[in-house]
Amino acid sequence: MKVSEKWLREWINTPLALDAIADKLTMSGCEVEARESVATAFTGIVIGHVLEREKHPDADKLSVCKVDNGQGEILQIVCGASNVRAGLKVPLALVGAVLPLPDGKDLKIKKGKLRGVESFGMLCSSTELGMSDKSDGLLELPSDAPVGMDIREYLKLDDEVIELAITANRGDCMSMIGVARETSLLMDVPLTPPAIVPTSVQHNDTFPVDIQASDACPRYAGRIIRNVNPQAATPVWMQEKLRRAGIRSISALVDVTNYVLLELGQPMHAFDLDKLQGSIVVRYACDGETLKMLDGQTATLRGDTLVIADASVPVAMAGIMGGEPTSVTDTTRNLFLESAHFRPAKIMGKARSYGLQTDSSARFERGVDPDMPVQAMERATQLIVDICGGEVGTLVDTCADSSVLQRKTILLRPERIRRVLGVTMDDATVEGVLSRLHCEFSKGEVGWQVQAPLARFDLGIEEDLIEELARVRGYDEIPAELRPRAPCITQPSETAVGRDSLRNLLVARGYQEAVTFSFVDPKMEETLAPAVNAIALANPISADLGVMRSTLWSGLLRSVSYNLNRQQGRVRLFEIGPAFYQDEAGKPQQRTMLSGAITGNLYPEQWGQVNRPVDFYDLKGDVEALLERVTGTQFYFAPVAHAALHPGQSAEIMTMGAVVGWMGMLHPRIEEKLGIEQPVYLFELDMGLLMQRALPKYQAVSKFPVIRRDLALLVDKDVLAVALENAVKKAAEPQLLSYYLFDVYAGKGIPEGQKSVALSLIFQDFSRTLEDAEINRMVDAVVASLRDEVGAVLR
Amino acid sequence: MQSLLELMGHAHEQISQAVSLTALDQVRVHYLGKSGLLTEQLKALGKLPHEERKAAGAEINNAKQALTLALDDRKQSLQVEALNARLQAEKVDVTLPGRRMDTGSLHPVTLTIQRIGEIFAQLGFSMAEGPEIEDDFHNFTALNIPESHPARAMHDTFYMDSGLLLRTHTSSVQIRHMEHNPPPLRIIAPGRVYRCDSDMTHSPMFHQVEGLMVDEDVTFADLKGILEAFFKAFFEVDELPTRFRATFFPFTEPSAETDIRCVHCGGDGCRVCKGTGWLEVMGCGMVHPNVLKNVGIDSEKYTGFAFGFGVERLAMLRYQINDLRVMFDNDVRVLKQFS
Repeated sequence: MKVSEKWLREWINTPLALDAIADKLTMSGCEVEARESVATAFTGIVIGHVLEREKHPDADKLSVCKVDNGQGEILQIVCGASNVRAGLKVPLALVGAVLPLPDGKDLKIKKGKLRGVESFGMLCSSTELGMSDKSDGLLELPSDAPVGMDIREYLKLDDEVIELAITANRGDCMSMIGVARETSLLMDVPLTPPAIVPTSVQHNDTFPVDIQASDACPRYAGRIIRNVNPQAATPVWMQEKLRRAGIRSISALVDVTNYVLLELGQPMHAFDLDKLQGSIVVRYACDGETLKMLDGQTATLRGDTLVIADASVPVAMAGIMGGEPTSVTDTTRNLFLESAHFRPAKIMGKARSYGLQTDSSARFERGVDPDMPVQAMERATQLIVDICGGEVGTLVDTCADSSVLQRKTILLRPERIRRVLGVTMDDATVEGVLSRLHCEFSKGEVGWQVQAPLARFDLGIEEDLIEELARVRGYDEIPAELRPRAPCITQPSETAVGRDSLRNLLVARGYQEAVTFSFVDPKMEETLAPAVNAIALANPISADLGVMRSTLWSGLLRSVSYNLNRQQGRVRLFEIGPAFYQDEAGKPQQRTMLSGAITGNLYPEQWGQVNRPVDFYDLKGDVEALLERVTGTQFYFAPVAHAALHPGQSAEIMTMGAVVGWMGMLHPRIEEKLGIEQPVYLFELDMGLLMQRALPKYQAVSKFPVIRRDLALLVDKDVLAVALENAVKKAAEPQLLSYYLFDVYAGKGIPEGQKSVALSLIFQDFSRTLEDAEINRMVDAVVASLRDEVGAVLR
Repeated sequence: MQSLLELMGHAHEQISQAVSLTALDQVRVHYLGKSGLLTEQLKALGKLPHEERKAAGAEINNAKQALTLALDDRKQSLQVEALNARLQAEKVDVTLPGRRMDTGSLHPVTLTIQRIGEIFAQLGFSMAEGPEIEDDFHNFTALNIPESHPARAMHDTFYMDSGLLLRTHTSSVQIRHMEHNPPPLRIIAPGRVYRCDSDMTHSPMFHQVEGLMVDEDVTFADLKGILEAFFKAFFEVDELPTRFRATFFPFTEPSAETDIRCVHCGGDGCRVCKGTGWLEVMGCGMVHPNVLKNVGIDSEKYTGFAFGFGVERLAMLRYQINDLRVMFDNDVRVLKQFS
């Protein structure tokens, strides 16, 4: 809402500076978003009268004019504007005038020569006066503009406009009367509304109004005005007020309804009476009815949409926009004026559902004073008659549901004020604010019975009034209190696997944490997770952010690529975040994943370490380190086919039948698609399955020595390490403390198709030192099991 | 046989010439070994007349003692020399960098959320979470934003064909938490939120932290007190003026925008605060009675406050990041700065 200071001061009587007003408005809910002068600080511009215009002898686009400066001189002025013509009244910058330019410099008007013709001043456009950003030609002033008068004085240009951000609950502030009431309330200054004098009625012609949808339209005021002059010019004061509010002047009749909307907040509509059939019917549309709107679009209406119809067809979308066929034009003689009340709930969202947003709908969906239609009608009548003439008919105020004019009673309790705000307010303060709010109230035993003004749709419950008290007095008046409170001791879970502990572990292993978008390119999602039922957005910000990710790899790979393209050849990234998919029932599911991607050398470049590119087992070491945080759970790795991974280097990570995650080398085909030219290794873990770890439980350690026996075995090349492990386990006695693989070798010296595996067995007993014979027996059992299970032979 | 004097002369000479422990040991054996020269002399004592034997024996024993001392001395000095030589040989350039796997870093968003969590933990607030694909009820209706309400237009919501949506704020977690937990409540809920808006200063995805406190005696004065304390703690300053401006949120009443004194210019006006001296950092207010009603909490018995703010905004202020996009580029040269 753009508010002209001069206009505001017509409504409120205060010597307070605009600074103070703007500050208070900002602090109490109507934020001043911008503030600017309505014109630049030019000097020396008066109203000039173009008496003669001739073509410049040597330049096609220039004119040579004789201009009366109103001070007894006729000046010769060369002008380049296309709309310059004899008889025009325009702003005339005299020699000596100073015009500030947008770049901060000043243009000083001097006597000059243009293409050999002398010029004694400049005719101005609105842009040159700093009144608009662009203009086409000279600013044309009304023919009655007094020649020689300072243009600043004539257009009242010593004015500023403040732009207020009106919150969604304050439809009442979308008008001058509302902003003036708000200012009067906040600054405690009197309101001085201009008088609205009903115009005397000249005939009794009325147009029938039938309100069928009284739930949506409780009140409808109408009036006929005959024989108006549709071509009357809008007075300059009105044009200027509209301009400062950001509304373009169209024609006097339209300008008047816009002016009343701005002034009183009541949207009105003017129909061409001669184009209406029979009567006005306020009803819901029939599904499929069409209406050609004022903006030229044709809307196909739905049954939930309130319309103003005549006896045959809809003529306006109620409270939103009028129809084109019945609109006023420059040939309209007879008017039917509408000033109605529509309930916010019935207008809310309707305009948007048709792709519209109008000054009228913005007000009706927030709430317009139901007591305003008649006043607004009288105001508009007065202005139309003043500007366009016409014969005024009887005002017909149809009230289909008078409950709209009933004020609700709200109980306001001092104790509740204290409980919400934390401060007490004395009765005088509360009643002072209620009075300034134009509430009616009486004090009872528990508190005040308050009736808020009808224009304030935001005042419905006790808290609404408490908010008014708080903001009118100022939030600064409420102290900031930091009170001691009862301690709130939680029992921190030691068996929960903290996300931060996993983060820290990866950071210690050289990973950077990434944050990538939850929505990704559908093509990438399809490539990485073709089997997943991805969730698409109906209105993505762009096509390449069209589906919710089911894996964090798409974002991580994008980030890997981003870094590789910037000469960062070694990248180690991880992310913890949500991934989404649709389950069999079509329900969206969300789970938190921990994913990582590594590429490039294992170590940062350094002098003392033999470096090499990372491989599967480097990543697996990181994954195992993460899984080791989840004590008490066994995890298994198994080869798996995964669309995103190299078929020979991909593993599924499982526990107790559930898949915890995947890891492996990015499939070379995808690598190529992404334009990555080095291997990338990826892992992804479902955090939901990694949330619980065991509480450490002390176990005594044996005092007796451990005995180690190493086995060198030959096995088939395709025997998995896990098979060896299972074979050992099968034969293991309790004294086999641990075992591990310490070498795997295939090649020279080993028969084709086989590999050599070195296995270390560690034995220990809790109560005694083990003897050789016992150990030999246990080793033999392991060797036998290895032979039977995987065909291993001792070398 | 050499005279003892002569023999000792030779022995001392050989000891001083021995340059290694091995050579020194050879000298020892040569004189003191089983058939060493001094040992031989002792053996020869028997041949001397009885009256000379005692004096000669004492003389040889003295010589032997002297020789042992000299050998020990020499041994010690040779050991010291050997150690010195070894130490010299094992010298390294301590200024060469260590052999290492580098350490990584946490994302500034995570650092900021952790910091916020730590501060509110001191005030007794615990962490809560909620789903990011939400239904209309939890994101809007329960928060007193009925369908078609103009306030919805401020949200630029992402929808799915099913009618579900991506939560536009973490306020939805308030509702979910209150549905399942009776007061008193003190939670903060960090998380991703989504708005269909993208330009230099808006990202379609960003992070918010929602705060909620509900109890029998929670007031607007408490809200101001806790938020002021939070901002001072977050920016590590003892004084940080705040101001609370009235505004409208459907789910709180009274509602406020919270501004803090610009942490860059201290209020003089700069590019960061657009010359105003203030930074808008948070929306907050007293929980609207309708919201409490929607989750079955008696608004006569309980009052509460809620607040919500953008994590990236605070992270950018704290770490002097001047471009929002930096947050999601994941450029390792940037990320490494947060280690």
